[in-house]
Amino acid sequence: MGIQNLLWQVTKKAFTGGIIGVTISDRCCSVVPVRGDSMSPTFNPQRNSYLDDYVLVEKFCLQDYKFARGDVVVFSSPTHFRDRYIKRIVGLPGEWISSSRDVIRVPEGHCWVEGDNKASSLDSRTFGPIPLGLIRGRVTSVVWPPQRNCMLALFMVCAFYIIKWVSIQLHVPQDSLWKL
Amino acid sequence: MGSSSSFWNVAYRQAMKSGVFVAKVYSFLHVTTTYLAFPAFAFGPSMIPTLHPSGNVVLAERISTRSRKLSRGDVIVLQSPEDPNKIPIKRVIGLEGDCVSFVVDPEKNDESRTVVVPKGHVWVQGDYTQNSRDSRIFGPLPYGLIRGRVLWRVCICLTLYSLISRIKSVFFFCILFGNQYGLVSNDI
Repeated sequence: MGIQNLLWQVTKKAFTGGIIGVTISDRCCSVVPVRGDSMSPTFNPQRNSYLDDYVLVEKFCLQDYKFARGDVVVFSSPTHFRDRYIKRIVGLPGEWISSSRDVIRVPEGHCWVEGDNKASSLDSRTFGPIPLGLIRGRVTSVVWPPQRNCMLALFMVCAFYIIKWVSIQLHVPQDSLWKL
Repeated sequence: MGSSSSFWNVAYRQAMKSGVFVAKVYSFLHVTTTYLAFPAFAFGPSMIPTLHPSGNVVLAERISTRSRKLSRGDVIVLQSPEDPNKIPIKRVIGLEGDCVSFVVDPEKNDESRTVVVPKGHVWVQGDYTQNSRDSRIFGPLPYGLIRGRVLWRVCICLTLYSLISRIKSVFFFCILFGNQYGLVSNDI
């Protein structure tokens, strides 16, 4: 019966960890790869490198949907809802955008997105302004490859040392820090 | 390890335990309401006679919207394309590729228009068409804005007071029931 008990314990812990991980990735932040070069040179600056950029997407902006011009966002495509695109917000609701032929007003509750690499980018110039409800998160920083990002690594190292120092001050035994 | 049991030590341990329990409950609730089903409080005149205008508690499920198994006639919970903070409830009239005809402005004249619903969109209308902001005003709705499909109505609440008292009675029933069967315990 020992093996069965052990299996049950491991399953319970994995299930709990999985659920907490899903919640964090839906509510807090998640890491997604950037594919394609519609956002060069901001992401994927080299066209034929083997490594994709991985970016940190934060989800706190979905509480009240307040964005600023210039934010890079992840959104569901209006025509294929399972695909996710990463583009930059160029127009907020109520603003006027000049496309190739005429001037368009962005309606209420919508935004105009464009990629940085205008030559090869499928964006609002093709499918029009997108409703703000389709946005799934805002990109804050690049986390991989590490030579393109030093702030996040610095922050994590500092946070680790601060937590260690605080726990030493409170006389918490060091091995109980890991017993979450 | 057991020598220094100062106040801060004990407090830290208690805080960690309760924190982990709260995190578990919150994540369980989040996963259930985002991927399985969620309750919603519906009010407003746009779905008369299906829903009461003063207030109904309905149960909406998310499994069929994730796998694209919507059909014409389903009542769905969606996110308004005019304001992402508003969550109206409407009925699906046309899927992608359908031709939908509607009267543009019923108060002015009887002029009607026919629209083909584009790929990846649905056409929604309220049941009480005289007082409903739906696809006749904001156009076809992208599939990504659909939140869930209404399964059934749990109860009608004519006032906010009756809704609050109903929630209280359900809460106390759960506590009593859980205590009797040992589901609510102090040992976490």
